Amino acid sequence: MLPGAPDALSMRLEYFQLIDRIVELELANQTIRTQARVPTVSTIFEGHFPGFPLMPGVLLIEAMAQTSGWLLIAITRFTRMPFFAAVREAKLRAFVTPGQELDLSAKLLHEGSGFAVTKAEIRSGGKLACNAEITFRLVEFPNPEFRTNMEKMAAVLEFPVGALANG
Amino acid sequence: MSSTFDTVANIISETCDIPRETIKPESHAINDLGIDSLDFLDIAFAIDKAFGIKMPLEQWTQEVNEGKATPEQYFQLDNLCTRIDELVAARGA
Repeated sequence: MLPGAPDALSMRLEYFQLIDRIVELELANQTIRTQARVPTVSTIFEGHFPGFPLMPGVLLIEAMAQTSGWLLIAITRFTRMPFFAAVREAKLRAFVTPGQELDLSAKLLHEGSGFAVTKAEIRSGGKLACNAEITFRLVEFPNPEFRTNMEKMAAVLEFPVGALANG
Repeated sequence: MSSTFDTVANIISETCDIPRETIKPESHAINDLGIDSLDFLDIAFAIDKAFGIKMPLEQWTQEVNEGKATPEQYFQLDNLCTRIDELVAARGA
């Protein structure tokens, strides 16, 4: 994403769409990389904070969870939906501000029976902005519509379907 | 078995902040120790890592829900340790 790109190509914070695209999925290494651009305008910045807009840390954690989630969906080949269950060692190391380009990544630490743990981080301009260890419950999709919607979102995010065949 | 129990009891104590001396082989993880499902995920993660196994929690839960097994068979600690020993042995077989 080019700096200064229009907000139409950015994260949609109010819809909890916190990553813009999946740029790399390596099933052999159990890793994923995604990108996102913080919008320049959002109602969230009206309150957080007036005169000093900052990307809320909880949304950065959610962005790391979403990045991890797509990795887990890939690893389970769209048979399980990961639901955010726990976060530990979350560290918010730098301010993230409107218009900033973010590089997100996650690695699987452990796939248990019905749960998984990932390690995720966000960098901006090469600098580590935040990182965390995140636990998910892995459950069957609650209903077919849910799975269909996730498949549609996967297409929007340019989910590399070919990586599943190669993994 | 005893070393398996010690490892599991230490994991539970550290993960859930439960005094080690209150954790007995006959303790039921849920009924006696009050461990909820989220804490049990942390415990399962630590046990899987410590023993190099993958406890089949989904299968166990399904068996309990279908009445094919009792919760005690999997969640009473002496029985849980027996299951862990079986999984370790199967891994090495």
